[in-house]
Amino acid sequence: MTAPLLQMRGIGKSFPGVRALSDVSLELFPGEVLVLVGENGAGKSTLMKILAGAIPADQGEISIDGTPVHFHSPQDAQRRGVGMIYQEFTLVPQLFAPANIALGAEPAAGPFIDAAAVRERAKRTLDELGVDIPLDVPVAQLSVGQQQLVEIAKVLARNARIIVMDEPTAALSEREIERLFTIIGRLRSSGAGIIYISHRMEELSRIADRIMVLRDGRVVEARAAADFSSDEIVRAMVGRRLEAHFPELPPVPRDAKLRLEVHDLVRAPAINGVSFGVHAGEIVALAGLVGAGRTEIVRAVAGADRPERGDVRVDGRALRSASIGAAIAAGVAFITEDRKAQGLVLGMSVRENVTLAHLGDFVDRDLLIDVARERSATTRMIDELHIRTPSTEQLARNLSGGTQQKVVLAKWLLGQAGVFLFDEPTRGIDVGAKAEIYKIMVELAARGGAIVMVSSDLPEALGMAHRVLVVRGGRIAAEFSRAEATPDRVIAVATGAAA
Amino acid sequence: MNQPDRRREWLRIAGAAAVVIVLIALVDAATHGSFLQPSNIVRVLRQITYNCVLGVGQTFVIITGGIDLSVGSLVALTGVVAALFANALHLGGFPLIAATLVVAVAVGALAGWINALPVVKLNLPPFITTLAMLEMALGASFILAHGRPVALQTTDFQNTGIGSFLGGVTRALHLPSIPVPVIWMVVVIVAASVLLTRTRFGRYVFAIGGNEEAARLAGINVGRVKTLVYVISGACAAIVGFLYMALFSSGSPQTGTGDELLESIAAVVVGGTSLTGGRGSIVGTFFGALLIGVLYNAMNLLNVDSYLQKVLLGAVILLAVVLDELRKRYLAR
Repeated sequence: MTAPLLQMRGIGKSFPGVRALSDVSLELFPGEVLVLVGENGAGKSTLMKILAGAIPADQGEISIDGTPVHFHSPQDAQRRGVGMIYQEFTLVPQLFAPANIALGAEPAAGPFIDAAAVRERAKRTLDELGVDIPLDVPVAQLSVGQQQLVEIAKVLARNARIIVMDEPTAALSEREIERLFTIIGRLRSSGAGIIYISHRMEELSRIADRIMVLRDGRVVEARAAADFSSDEIVRAMVGRRLEAHFPELPPVPRDAKLRLEVHDLVRAPAINGVSFGVHAGEIVALAGLVGAGRTEIVRAVAGADRPERGDVRVDGRALRSASIGAAIAAGVAFITEDRKAQGLVLGMSVRENVTLAHLGDFVDRDLLIDVARERSATTRMIDELHIRTPSTEQLARNLSGGTQQKVVLAKWLLGQAGVFLFDEPTRGIDVGAKAEIYKIMVELAARGGAIVMVSSDLPEALGMAHRVLVVRGGRIAAEFSRAEATPDRVIAVATGAAA
Repeated sequence: MNQPDRRREWLRIAGAAAVVIVLIALVDAATHGSFLQPSNIVRVLRQITYNCVLGVGQTFVIITGGIDLSVGSLVALTGVVAALFANALHLGGFPLIAATLVVAVAVGALAGWINALPVVKLNLPPFITTLAMLEMALGASFILAHGRPVALQTTDFQNTGIGSFLGGVTRALHLPSIPVPVIWMVVVIVAASVLLTRTRFGRYVFAIGGNEEAARLAGINVGRVKTLVYVISGACAAIVGFLYMALFSSGSPQTGTGDELLESIAAVVVGGTSLTGGRGSIVGTFFGALLIGVLYNAMNLLNVDSYLQKVLLGAVILLAVVLDELRKRYLAR
C-alpha cells in the first residue's frame, strides 16, 4: 500500500458553546476519492476549513507526505498543495478566466504582469483538464459549470494535489455533472487525492473509493464505498432509521379548484410562452436542466420580474404584473433558491426574518411594532416547524442550512398564502431536514395549498409531485402524471433527446 | 437572549463604562475639576447638538448601506433659505418660527428626495448623487445669499438659537440652564430612535441594509424606504441649518461646510453603525457625537494646540473603531 498523501490525526475544535469536532482522524491516499458525508452541522465544513488553513484546530496534527505541517493561513495550505473548491465560488466576476486562474500568483515580466504567460498557463491547465471554455469574456458570463471548471483550473495551476470539493454538483446540469466526473477521474489517475463533500446519495456510488461519515463532530464510519449501501450511509448520518424518504402524497380531490393559472407567459429569452395551472392540494414539479427557464418562470409568477406578456391568476383573480407586494397580498409565497442571497437577512434575528413579509400584522395603531406578539408568533412557528434555534433572537447567520431554510418557510407560512412557489427547496440541506421540509409541503397541499416546486434533484421532482412539467428552452416541453413520470422519460425530454 | 449573550452584553457595557469613567476622572483631575462642572457638561451637549442631529439623519442612510455627502451643504442652503424666508414674511413670534422651520425642512427633504431619485430609479451609487448635491446646494446657497450671510431682521429666533429651557426651574435648583438646541437634539434623538427601532419603516431600513434582495422579495417597497432615508437625512440637515440660523441670527452660505460632514459620519461610525449597512443605532450615534465633543472640550480645557487637536481627534476615531472591531472579534470567538 502506498503512503498516505494526507493524514489528519485527532483533530478537535470548539466554538463558543459548541464542540464542532472531537478526535477526528482522516487519511487520504494518492489517486483516491474520499467522500465526506454528514448532516449539516456534523462538522464537515469545519474540518475542511482547518485543512485549508482558514481556521486553526484546537487539537490534533496534520501531515502531508508524512511531514507534519502547520497552517497559519490559507496561503500556507495552498503552498503545501491543498486546493479548495468552495460551493460559493471565489472568482472575480469581472476578470477573464486566465486572470482568475493566475490570481495572486501572476507570472511577472519585470514589474508588470506577463499577460501572455497568464494566458498560456490558463490554456495549458484547461487543456490538461480536457475542457474548452471561452477565455476572452468575464467569468460572470460563463455558466455555473464553466465557472466551476475555472475554479478547478485555479487550484491545479497552484499545483494542488489534495483537492477538496464542497457539494460540487449542487448547481450543475446533468451534462455538466458528467463532465465533472470525467475530470475527477482524470485527476485521480494523475495521482491527486480528492475529498468530495456531497449530499446526493446517487453520486456516491459512482465516484467514491471510500466514504467517511461524520456525525456531531465525530467520525462514525469510514469504509470502502463498495461495502457501504446507501441505506447504511443514511443511517450512519442521521443515527436513526429514517422512514420512507418521501412522505405519502394524498391524492388531489377530483373537484379541486384551480388556484394558480399561468397563461402564455413570455419573458424572452428565458420564458417563451408558458401556460399551466395548479389545483388546490396539488404539487406540480417543474423539472428540467439548469438554464431551462424554471427559476425565471416562478420569479415572474411571484412578481419578482416583469413578464413581457401573459397573465397570472390566483384564485381566479388576475395579478398585477411585476409587483411582489400584489402577489403576496393575493396569497403567493415565493421560497427562493438561494437562502443566503435572497431568502434571509443574515444579520437579523429569526424573529425579524420570520415576520419580515407580514410586519403589517404586528403593528399597533398602524405605528409601533409589537415585539411581544412577534415573539409569540415566531415561537409558534419554531415549534410547528421544529426549527432548531436556541431562541427567537438568534441571528439567522448562526443557523445551519436546513434550519435557515425552515426560517424562510416560516416567513411564508405566517401569512395566509394559498400558492407556494418552491425554488430548489432542499438544495444543500441534510437528509433529516429534507424529510421535514417534504412533510411540510405535503401538509400545505393537504390544507388546500397549490404548490409549484422547481427541483434539479430528479428523484425529488418525481417523488414529491402529483404532476411533472418538463421545461426546456423556456417552454413546457412535456407533462407527465405521477404514474407516467420516470427518470428516463423526464431526462429524455429535458435534454432534448425526445419531445 | 440566552445566558452567555446576556453576560457578554453586560461585560461590554461594564467595560465601556469603566473606560469612560477612568478617562473622565483623568481629564477632570488634569483640568483641576473644571471638566465635570455642570456648566461645562451643558456646554459639551450644546456643542455636539448640531453634529449629533446631522449624524442621526446620516445613521438612517448608512444603515441602508448608503451615504449622504450633501448634509453640510444642505445646512448652508436651508439656513440661507430660512433667513431669506423669515425676512420676507410679515409675521412674528411663534407663527414665524414655525413657518420658517417648515420651509427649511421642506427644502432639506426635497433635496434628500432628489438625492434618492437616481439611487432608487437607476441604481446609481449614493456617493456620487449626494456629492453632486453637495456642489449644487453649496452653489445655490451662495447665489441666494449673494455671497454673504443673510442677517435676520427680527430677534424672534433668539430664544430658539441661544435661549434656555425651563430657566426658572434650573435656576431654582442652582443648575446651569439647558439650552433650547439641546432640547431639539433630545427630541430628534427620541423620535428617530423610536422610528428606527419600533416601526415597520425602521425594520425595513435594517432589512434593506442587511440584504436588499431578500427585502424586495419579502414585498418591501425598497425604493420608497430608500427615498425616505435620504429625505430624513435632508430634513435633519435642515433642522441644523435652522438652528444655526437662529444661533447666529443669520443664514450664511458657509455654515456647515467645514468639518460638519465628516465629523457627523465619524459620530455615526464611532457609534457602532456599520458602513456596509444592516447594523447601527441612534443612541450609538449620540455617544459617538458625545465622544468627539468631549474630546474637543477636554483638549480645549487642557490647552492643546488646535492643529494637534485634529491629529488627536483622528487618532481617537481610528482607535475607537479598531477597538470596537477587536471586541467584536473577541466576542465572536
